[in-house]
Amino acid sequence: MTMRKFKPGNLLFTILFALVSVFFLMPLVWMLSAASKTEKEVWTFPIQWIPNDWNIIANFKAVWMGDVAFGLFYMNSLKIALISTVATIVISAMAGYALGKLDFKGRTLIFTLMLAFMMIPEQATLVPRYIMIKELGLYDSHAALILMGMFSSYFTFLLRQFMVGIHNDMLEAAELDGAGFFRIFWSVVLPLSRPILATVGIIKFIWTWNDYQGPLIMLNSTRLYTIPLGMQFFKEEFGTQISVMMMASVAAILPLLVLFLLLQKQVIDGIAIGGVKG
Amino acid sequence: MSESAVTRKAAAGTAPRTYWTRKRREQLAGWLFIAPEVIGMLVIAVFPLLFSLVLSLTEWNLVGGLSAIHFVGLDNFIELFKDNRFLLALKNNVLFTIGTVPVTMVLGVVLSALIHKKLYAKTFFKVAFFVPYICSTVAIAAVWQALYHPSKGPVNQILMQLGLSDPPRWLVDTSFSLIAIMIIYVWQLLGYQIIIFLAGMTNIPEELYEAATIDGASGIGQFRRITLPLLGPTTFFLAITSTISSFKIFDMIKFLTNGGPNYSSTVIVYQIYEEGFERFKMGYASAMSWVLFLIILLVTSITWITQNRKVHY
Repeated sequence: MTMRKFKPGNLLFTILFALVSVFFLMPLVWMLSAASKTEKEVWTFPIQWIPNDWNIIANFKAVWMGDVAFGLFYMNSLKIALISTVATIVISAMAGYALGKLDFKGRTLIFTLMLAFMMIPEQATLVPRYIMIKELGLYDSHAALILMGMFSSYFTFLLRQFMVGIHNDMLEAAELDGAGFFRIFWSVVLPLSRPILATVGIIKFIWTWNDYQGPLIMLNSTRLYTIPLGMQFFKEEFGTQISVMMMASVAAILPLLVLFLLLQKQVIDGIAIGGVKG
Repeated sequence: MSESAVTRKAAAGTAPRTYWTRKRREQLAGWLFIAPEVIGMLVIAVFPLLFSLVLSLTEWNLVGGLSAIHFVGLDNFIELFKDNRFLLALKNNVLFTIGTVPVTMVLGVVLSALIHKKLYAKTFFKVAFFVPYICSTVAIAAVWQALYHPSKGPVNQILMQLGLSDPPRWLVDTSFSLIAIMIIYVWQLLGYQIIIFLAGMTNIPEELYEAATIDGASGIGQFRRITLPLLGPTTFFLAITSTISSFKIFDMIKFLTNGGPNYSSTVIVYQIYEEGFERFKMGYASAMSWVLFLIILLVTSITWITQNRKVHY
């Protein structure tokens, strides 16, 4: 973007827009505020944005040290999201390299099929996938969720699009040095793809962390619950204690929010690439 | 990896070099690299899709085991179109799409045009509007559930302050439950639309606007004559993907209303969940899944066909 000349009108717009975005974010501000209040003050009106009666510590204790094993849900979510993300990156990067840089019989066919797979909605295959997981004896296990979350034609497509753009000279140079295809993939293609790998990794992590439907269908034991499922459980136990519910919501959102704010460029660019080229 | 072993052997001359030519090695490498993804897609997408087609022609209560499967032909599909709950779910899905897709797209394109052309601190605004999209839907739903509280919630307190003596009871009101969820959905999705529209706008050459300015075109004129027409492909992409994702809505409905009150907020995916995972009617749920799949296929094909005719890249 070229810098345009300073216009007072645009500054006015910016200020106006800042107000609009504050209004837009109001529900999240309300959540933060309610999480630090006593139950009574949550409902006062006009809204008391800054609490008179701070209750953060008690709410925090109710979430983290109460009867619901919130800490355990956290570790479960972290485990599933990390393993699925790493596995997706490895599998999709290999496939992306094959589709983008290797010449083999059937490549065009597989690429076309890949694009077609993107049209199969996950929700339409819930029943048979549940039956398969049951038959495999994986029902009520984290392995079920990881297995279902490892493969993604969408991320394969994104990685393939990026890898096609890597200059062949670099791959040929490595080949002349005696590198095989695996070596080229590992020491040339992967390092050059770092930005897109980071993008795919973050987006996949966010999606898995927030997934509700998968755990809802594949899990039964409370000790295996992930955070979104734990939230539902929490609602059933503490539905009337809004301040505690809001503290739990903060806990569910905060790690991703921090991750997103730190790496917002990768996330936003990744979503944008998917949209423009998709 | 066996591939690198093959390569090394070939390089050392211990394998018959004449057979493992470069071309053959590349073939093998290609297949080895693509294999995990292809096997995975077959296992988690293609096979389940076909399996659910077979299941949709059967009557099967999972509890009875595999021997309890009965082949019933198209009975499930016929029953579906007599099932009031399913017809209501279908209608709700259509209403949901009509009520959310145009709103998010219009708001999205206007807001992103303002962000793109008129604002300083673009990144800040992109991030601000995108935050709800990042947040866990379930956590967000919990927040809105409190906001929507019929008597004490801030939404109704404000409405009453504005002089509305009898505000809607939102999630517990049969005529408002779906609208209440649509509002949350629009709020959560708007940031995504803005990001995609902004990406589309960045691809429009700046010179076009410069020329238009010289010709004396106003800001609104430029938006109508340059921005909107050149955003054609982006708009089409968003129209397809938003319509499809509005047909997949589930999380909010399960968490907030369980499809109620009195099925007023039920949708297809929720019906699949209820029939399949609460009543264990696998055949019937699979028939619904196939209807969902066919709707999505139809939306995609229609938009593809019209896109090829209308939009010029």
